[in-house]
Amino acid sequence: MSVKINVTGEVVTAYLGGELDHHSAKEMREEIDSAVELNMPTLLILDFKDISFMDSSGIGLVMGRYRNLQKSGAQMHITNIPQGIYKVMKLAGMERLAQLEKGE
Amino acid sequence: MITNKFTMTMLSKSSNESFARSCVAAFASQLDPTLEEISDIKTAVSEAITNCIVHAYCEKIGKIYINGELLDNNTIKLKIRDTGCGIENISQAMEPLFTTVGGERAGLGFAVMQSFMDSVKVRSVKDKGTTVVMTKRISPRYKING
Repeated sequence: MSVKINVTGEVVTAYLGGELDHHSAKEMREEIDSAVELNMPTLLILDFKDISFMDSSGIGLVMGRYRNLQKSGAQMHITNIPQGIYKVMKLAGMERLAQLEKGE
Repeated sequence: MITNKFTMTMLSKSSNESFARSCVAAFASQLDPTLEEISDIKTAVSEAITNCIVHAYCEKIGKIYINGELLDNNTIKLKIRDTGCGIENISQAMEPLFTTVGGERAGLGFAVMQSFMDSVKVRSVKDKGTTVVMTKRISPRYKING
């Protein structure tokens, strides 16, 4: 599990890596939330390029961040979503909460 | 007919989620699945195991029993059992977005299992435990070089 944060102006990008399940979600969530709290972005980008596995715990993570961002009216994009993970995102209807962009 | 099987027992520690799905994936690989089929099985197993940890044992430590069988019609059958609190209302628990814990849980565990496997059956007795039985047929692929 890894989270790398990049801040450019009002955009916070969280580059997520490793397996995203119930075990790893807590730590990932805390790192994203502290970056959001500190920088108050208008856009949060979650980059899934290096996520090798995700179950519905990842959906919980996305939904939770969406709820937090709504308080300040900020947007969320999810980028570089690997094929198998895109399937879980679509099943959960995540396109209603965030702009989804498939990876290669 | 059963052509192969395995049994494993593990503690309901969240660090075992990854271990359990990797074991099942390694066993399923004997059926020569595609990467997508393997990913589907791993995701379904992860959901079932997470349910045992989060709901059945409420983050306390109990035992999770996993049985895997390969059937002769290229099908994998998985049985995941706990002896935790049980589910009072199974049909409600299986509804997408229903969750008893709220917060960071999406309530999609059973929806994912049903979507990614061919069949999902749940048996549960209050205070005795829950058993989830899932099957998935792996599409046969013609082998080059026999």
